[in-house]
Amino acid sequence: MSVDVREKKAVATPRRGRPWWKRPVALARKWWGQLTSMRTALILLFALAVGAIPGSILPQRTVNIENVNAYFAENPDLAPFLDRLWMFDVYAAPWFAAIYGLLFISLIGCLVPRLREHFDALRRRPPDAPARLDLMPEKASWTAEDDGETVARLRSVLRSRRYRTIVREHADGTVTLSAEKGYLRETGNLLFHFALLGLLVGVAFGALYGWHGNRILGEGADNAFCNNLQQYDDYGLGPNVTPADLPKFCIQLDDFEASYLDNGQPMMYSADLRYGEGGGAPDEAYHLEVNEPLRLADNNVYLLGHGYAPVIEFTDQHGNVQTSSTPFLPMDAATMLSEGVAMFPDANITPEGVRDKTKQVAFEGMFMPTVPDEAPYTRSLFPSANNPAVMLFAYVGDTGLDRGRPGSVYALDRQQVASGALNAEGQGFLLKLGESKQVAGGTVTFKALQQYATIQTRSDPGEGIVLWSSVALLAGLLPSLLVKRRRVWFRVNGNDVTAGGLPRTENQAFAVEFGELVAKAKES
Amino acid sequence: MPDVDATLANTADKLFVATIVFYAVAMLGYALEYAFGRRAAVTASKARVLAGAGGPDVAESAGDDAEDEDEHVSERAERLGITMNQANRAGVVALWLTWIGAALHLASLVLRAWSVGRVPWGNMYEFIIAVCLVGVVTWLVVVMTGMAARRLGLFITLVAILLLGTATRLYTEAAPLVPALNSYWIAIHVTAAVIASGIFMVGFVPAALQLIRRRYDQVQGSGRTLRFPISLGERLPAVANLERLVFKLHVFAFPLWTFGVIAGAVWAERAWGRYWGWDPKEVWSFVAWVIYAAYLHARATGPGGRRLAPWIVVIGWVAMIFNLFGVNLVWSGLHSYAGV
Repeated sequence: MSVDVREKKAVATPRRGRPWWKRPVALARKWWGQLTSMRTALILLFALAVGAIPGSILPQRTVNIENVNAYFAENPDLAPFLDRLWMFDVYAAPWFAAIYGLLFISLIGCLVPRLREHFDALRRRPPDAPARLDLMPEKASWTAEDDGETVARLRSVLRSRRYRTIVREHADGTVTLSAEKGYLRETGNLLFHFALLGLLVGVAFGALYGWHGNRILGEGADNAFCNNLQQYDDYGLGPNVTPADLPKFCIQLDDFEASYLDNGQPMMYSADLRYGEGGGAPDEAYHLEVNEPLRLADNNVYLLGHGYAPVIEFTDQHGNVQTSSTPFLPMDAATMLSEGVAMFPDANITPEGVRDKTKQVAFEGMFMPTVPDEAPYTRSLFPSANNPAVMLFAYVGDTGLDRGRPGSVYALDRQQVASGALNAEGQGFLLKLGESKQVAGGTVTFKALQQYATIQTRSDPGEGIVLWSSVALLAGLLPSLLVKRRRVWFRVNGNDVTAGGLPRTENQAFAVEFGELVAKAKES
Repeated sequence: MPDVDATLANTADKLFVATIVFYAVAMLGYALEYAFGRRAAVTASKARVLAGAGGPDVAESAGDDAEDEDEHVSERAERLGITMNQANRAGVVALWLTWIGAALHLASLVLRAWSVGRVPWGNMYEFIIAVCLVGVVTWLVVVMTGMAARRLGLFITLVAILLLGTATRLYTEAAPLVPALNSYWIAIHVTAAVIASGIFMVGFVPAALQLIRRRYDQVQGSGRTLRFPISLGERLPAVANLERLVFKLHVFAFPLWTFGVIAGAVWAERAWGRYWGWDPKEVWSFVAWVIYAAYLHARATGPGGRRLAPWIVVIGWVAMIFNLFGVNLVWSGLHSYAGV
């Protein structure tokens, strides 16, 4: 960014008496000068820092949509107002984009001229020695043996310290030696800032061409899933991705395991998967863990979470047996107390095949992997299934499942309950594993317990650009902070040698370096 | 289940308490030197301390200002019944105590790591302890290389004790890592974050002192009365010296922090499936990074920017503290490993 703000402004200020058609140009130049000034960049940097903060205070849709909905429910007046300010999508907000957009324009406006200047500086030879070397911040003079080799020796001292040197012979018989080093500082600085641009390109590319999907994957071949959008609980496609672009693969969970410390702290989650790519059957095995994603050709599969799916069996009045193994969602990660439903829309179909919608059966309730010995049965003592039980509430009526309305398969349709189409029946009851109870005109049994893994599939084609930009960013940052640009001159006039040194960037060590250089030069 | 060696963990806790005691006594020593020590002698003693020698009784003429100041301080010291040399000796002892405290500090962390068989920064308690260790060691290096006067250890030990004291409120039993943290990336990402945070902590102190000294110079020039904390400025080094120290520390810490954030992004891709997701911790790491970047830019922007620079450093450290406490304790996110 241009360092001298005032100078720029002076150039850009429109002067009086300028023809009218040039005024807009002058004005535009003035504004461009303002935008690319360091002061503006500083203000924009601060705006960026401050603008990012609300996203950590308020729930964000991209991070956790449930929290956003909860916030709307708790603050019905405030939330819509905040929403209009994009406060729940801060990092996709136009005003946030405006801040970093301006910052990057300012950056480009300042980098391009600097790049040109640096190119010139790299090709240019170090300038000739100023007339008065004794006015330099560092200076020295001494008498050398005149054997005609002085300049060559001085030059080799400088070269061994990797200075760029040039010798100039003057009409008055004096010879000057100009040397400069530390070009890497500006090179690194430019690399750092261009890497920031690369980072932005990578992020944008990933957003346009990436996709992801989340899915609860139960154990067993029945629950295997293949990569298409209908199979995901939720998903996101970049604007340039169509469902047909998704790579073909199928995944099946064979076994999930979690281990815990005595205090309930999780130790290890692991999922034994089988997968098949390109439409093949899932027969490649993979041991999926939290920090060990499955890397497929076009996307990755991650283990994000886990939970239990109690297998609930219902035998209706006609003796028809149906089972449900719908996953229960964890309410408390520490104890794995979970909530969920078991729905039997085909309950009470008569032997003649007559379906009565008002006689469907559903259970809503909680699952406790380790049930306490006494009531209340609304808590779990431990996250692993030491003494599993479900607390169920029965409902009879129309579950609403065959109405085609999109809704969660993990909860009852509250509208059906509110409208009286689905009615609670009797009290809640506790079933331990294997236990049964007569309810809703039939028998419900807690038959078995399965586990499930929450997996995410994701493809982000911008990742490579982002990674390499980050590497370039670090590679540029170090020299831009540590390397110091400096110039040294020697003037040789017969026996007399004068030397001057100029640190071109803040450099406390320069006096010492110059002293060593002079000492070496005298020795040689 | 991997065992936690209770004896080792216990010893680690005891060493931790001893560490705080040592730092606290050292702080008293620094305070004595700060208030009553000979300033000129302090300057001269730096080289001697480097060589491993003790008593700073050889004074070097360091200008009339320092001598005037010493005279003023000498009167104050006499009223308390100690001599300036004694005060300087208290500073030497304090430095030794800081070394011993740092050794105990290190031993405590090593034992804790040993007791659980992993890197000793798996929760917030351990993180703060490690950050303070880096801070204290960085400070010792700063003093040993003559970049700052010994008596300023008063403020470093103060900050370290405050942070360590806060850590005790967040005490977490030694335990193995949760699955998300169980990766070799913890050794890379968190280590970089710990080291950078520790150096930022040391960098914040001279920046705050720089502001005090600057105000002190202004107030004294105008002849108004000095009040605490501006009155502390009397015994502070010149603004320019403090400013250089602040810059050096941040030039060191900023690339480390940058690396830490990048390493975190690489790890996040492995563990959570995305390299950046605006988790609260990520937001505040980004905010702190942007603020420190603004500091480096401000410093290169002429006198106006330079005047602003120490304030930006203070804001940066506030963001770091917020990142540590606010994000871990107030909002839950993926980085909620506080264990409290």
